[in-house]
Amino acid sequence: MAFSLVYLEAVEVPLSATALELIAGAARLGDPVAVTNHAVTPDVVAALGAAGVSGVVVPEGGNEAAQQNFLSFETELLAIALSETEASGVVLPNSVNGKEIAARLGAKLEAGVITDAIDIAADGTVTKSVLAGAYTTQAHVTEGPLIVTLKGNSVEFVAPATAEDPDLLEIPVEDVKPGARIVEVREKAESGRPDLTAARIVVSGGRGVDGDFSQVEELADALGAAVAASRAAVDAGWIGHDLQVGQTGKTVSPQLYVAAGISGAIQHKAGMQTSKVIVAINDDPDSPIFEIADLGIVGDLKNVLPQAAAALRERS
Amino acid sequence: MRVLALVKYVPDAQFDRHIDPATHRMIRDESILSELDEYAVEAALQMKESSASGSTVVALTVGPEQAANAVKKALQMGADEGIHITDSAIQGSDALATSRVLAAAIEKAGPFDAVVTGLSSTDAETSLVPAQLAERLGLPLLSFATSVELNESTVRITRDADAASYVLEADFPLVLSVTDQANEPRYPNFKGIMAAKRKSIETLTLADLGLTPEQVGAAGSKTVVVESAERPARVGGNVITDDGEAGLRLAEFILAQKVL
Ligand SMILES: Cc1cc2nc3c(=O)[nH]c(=O)nc-3n(C[C@H](O)[C@H](O)[C@H](O)COP(=O)(O)OP(=O)(O)OC[C@H]3O[C@@H](n4cnc5c(N)ncnc54)[C@H](O)[C@@H]3O)c2cc1C
Repeated sequence: MAFSLVYLEAVEVPLSATALELIAGAARLGDPVAVTNHAVTPDVVAALGAAGVSGVVVPEGGNEAAQQNFLSFETELLAIALSETEASGVVLPNSVNGKEIAARLGAKLEAGVITDAIDIAADGTVTKSVLAGAYTTQAHVTEGPLIVTLKGNSVEFVAPATAEDPDLLEIPVEDVKPGARIVEVREKAESGRPDLTAARIVVSGGRGVDGDFSQVEELADALGAAVAASRAAVDAGWIGHDLQVGQTGKTVSPQLYVAAGISGAIQHKAGMQTSKVIVAINDDPDSPIFEIADLGIVGDLKNVLPQAAAALRERS
Repeated sequence: MRVLALVKYVPDAQFDRHIDPATHRMIRDESILSELDEYAVEAALQMKESSASGSTVVALTVGPEQAANAVKKALQMGADEGIHITDSAIQGSDALATSRVLAAAIEKAGPFDAVVTGLSSTDAETSLVPAQLAERLGLPLLSFATSVELNESTVRITRDADAASYVLEADFPLVLSVTDQANEPRYPNFKGIMAAKRKSIETLTLADLGLTPEQVGAAGSKTVVVESAERPARVGGNVITDDGEAGLRLAEFILAQKVL
């Protein structure tokens, strides 16, 4: 069986759900070989083996050059790994960094790149949702390796019956294309809530929260849900841009999306209208959000959200 | 300083957008300058304004005849010159082929300090082109800038990714992509609109760029869409008015979904 590559941005034990999904995505295309620019411990290698990875590729001598060549270092690393393994495809996370490496790799190798994949078939056919969720398309590359970025929560990981004992391959990375220099990295604090793009339930607040997200957070916590926001709330500085849903924010597709004090502008809908069930709470009965809500509540979110949160806490 | 601002003419996202069921290509009526490219034009204008006199902003587009409208809008905002690459063979290009055309056009446009783009087009929304340009042109890329700071010979940006945010720096010449957090695009004012009428747009074909039809369009692309299906439109469900107990109804509704 041919190899496939899976690019992992972070590798820690236990492997994250994201890493496992990416491995599962790559396994559709071949025998997965993991590539990462981080140093890996024997623990990590063993965990990757248990997940079905047959080889692990890291840069020889560490990744210091990556600091001076933002993402062009990782591109070169993958290009070399691809030529060494003759892999049929590369699966990367659908993160801003993952997409950028995929883009560079495509231009470098004159290979086709498909982003935002929600499914990958064994024959290399990739499914994605386009035009803000209005269409589902299937595409494939016409020749050469498939470079694909896979969205979270889209393929299921099933642990293989037998673990592999992966070989660790250190490869020299030279001739890196000039990149930007990293001046500073600010790691983000964990919120304690589920990750927005992976969450099964999302409670989102807009301009209607009027500066106070506590009721949105209260309902989210009663549901074990992620918190999100419209751009109006982000622009007002009430909440970080990380939590913005929409055209220029995150795209989410949870089982349940609760929109509180959000009017439903097209750019917001672009990020959430593929949610399975949508609930809207808005004091304006003419808000366009009601056109797509499975349950609409015309009312003040300041009354509705705490009452729902209290009732839910009582039931659990 | 000479800054190239890349602008794309895309279907207006305010209307329903459609894919042709036979060709699986987007139907491109009712198009406008991509809203996200207004941030690129604004960033380019700000770079020009904060540097020495004699600086220029060139708006560059690739697209059908009507795409000149995207350049026109950029000229109205304050860009000095326009370049429009148009050739029927280019139609149907994927990101890889598009970046090939753009890279050739940028090289043809002459020496520059920066190429500025939006964070993605609002049609295909892949964000692939800026990085592919950097790779093809062999230049550093400052991508997804949420703020841009210009120094003597360098640009410094902040960039937000999922697990961390970064401060990145690169020397001119470079490729820069800006998000909608980076600035507030100006509206063309009366003076800008009148001045734009006297600015010229240079129109070029593939041959002018030294490219052949085989290098662009479907022939020059490495991806192909084989199927497209419209999702059924969502229909609104039950709308109730809060009578003091809507929160309880909401809790019941959520419990009935069995998502907990
Ligand atoms: C290029 C571009 C990109 C964009 N990208 C995004 C994006 O990614 N995400 C995004 O969200 N937007 C985006 N926008 C902005 C978008 O157009 C809207 O401006 C934005 O979504 C509005 O946010 P909102 O619904 O919170 O605010 P509003 O439209 O002001 O709506 C607030 C709603 O709250 C209701 N309300 C007020 N008080 C209460 C109360 N006490 N109880 C209940 N309801 C109440 C009001 O009736 C109103 O319907 C973008 C715009 C542009 C131009």
